[in-house]
Amino acid sequence: MSTCPECDGEVTVASDALAGEIVVCPDCQAELEIIALGPVELALAPEVEEDWGE
Amino acid sequence: MSRPNDAPLAVIASRIRMEEKLIFAALARHGIPYDQLDERSLVMALEDTAVPYAAVINRSISNTRSLYATRLFEARGIPVVNRSQVIETCGDKILTSLALLQAGVPTPRTTVALTPEAALTAIDHFGYPAVLKPVTGSWGRLLAKVNDREAAEAILEHKEMLGSPAHSVIYIQEYIAKPGRDIRVNVIGDRVVNAIYRCSEHWITNTARGAVAQPCELTPDLVELSLRAAQAVGGGVLAVDLLERPDGSLIVTEINHTMEFYRTVTATGVDVAEALVAYVRQVARL
Repeated sequence: MSTCPECDGEVTVASDALAGEIVVCPDCQAELEIIALGPVELALAPEVEEDWGE
Repeated sequence: MSRPNDAPLAVIASRIRMEEKLIFAALARHGIPYDQLDERSLVMALEDTAVPYAAVINRSISNTRSLYATRLFEARGIPVVNRSQVIETCGDKILTSLALLQAGVPTPRTTVALTPEAALTAIDHFGYPAVLKPVTGSWGRLLAKVNDREAAEAILEHKEMLGSPAHSVIYIQEYIAKPGRDIRVNVIGDRVVNAIYRCSEHWITNTARGAVAQPCELTPDLVELSLRAAQAVGGGVLAVDLLERPDGSLIVTEINHTMEFYRTVTATGVDVAEALVAYVRQVARL
C-alpha cells in the first residue's frame, strides 16, 4: 500500500508494476507515476507536453 | 569501438504503457537482456565512446528527447530503432509530406505558409474546407477543419497570439471525405504486420480521441502502399496512417515513428511486440 502525494489516500500498486507506469488514485483520481519500486514511490504524473505523442 | 556481443539492449522509455510491457515480455521470452532507460535522467558525455548496448529500442514519448537520445547513441555507433533520420522526418509533417511526394506515394494535397498572415491568403487559394495541422504534434491534437474564411481567421489569430514560432508555420491540407474511418497499418522492416480501421463519427479518427479499432484486411494495395510509404521516410518500426478517398483509392496522411500498437493487437490478435523484437535482433545482429 502506498500513499497518494496529492490527497494522502491509500493507493494499491500491483506486484508486477514497473517504474514509469501510471496509476490513478482511487480517492482523488490524480494520475500518479510510479517513480520507484521496493519501496514504491509515487509522484504526480507529468502533464501532457506539447511534443508528446506516438 | 566495436560492440561487445553480450551487451544488453537498452529500451528508452519514461512512460510505461501496455506497449512497453509487451516489448519487455517479448524480450524476456527470447532471453534477451535489457536495461530500461528513462530518458529524463539520461546524461551522456560526448567525448565518452563507450558502447554499453548492442542496440537501443527507443520508446520515448517525447519527440524532442527521443530525437536527441537517438542521435547520442548513434554517435557511438549503437544502432537505434528507429533511426534519428526517420524520427526527424516522421516528427515533422512537412518533412513527411515532402518525403512521400518525392517517393511518389499518394498523399493529400498540401500547402505550407510560414506565417499566419500568409496562411490566410494561401487557404483562400487552396479552398474550403481545409484542414490545418500543427507541423509537430500527435494524438490528433490541435487539428482544425476550417469550413470558411471566418473560421480560418479565428484559428490563425489564435495561433499567432498563443503559439510558439513553430505554431506560426501553417500546414494546410485538403479535407478528405473519408467513410467514417481511417486505416492504421503497422510496418516493421520490410513486412506489414497488421492493420486496423479506426472508426469514429468525428472527422478526427485517432484512437486517442475515442475512435474504435476494428480489424482491417491486408489487401495487396494496402500492403504495397504502406511499404512504399514506410520506405519513403527511411523504414523501421512505423505506423502508417491512410485514408480512403470516396472513390476507394488509398492515400497516406501520416507516419508515426513510436507507434502505439496495443489496440491493434487486441483488434487483430497479431503479436506486434514479437515482430518488433525479431526486427531489433536483426538490426543488432543478435
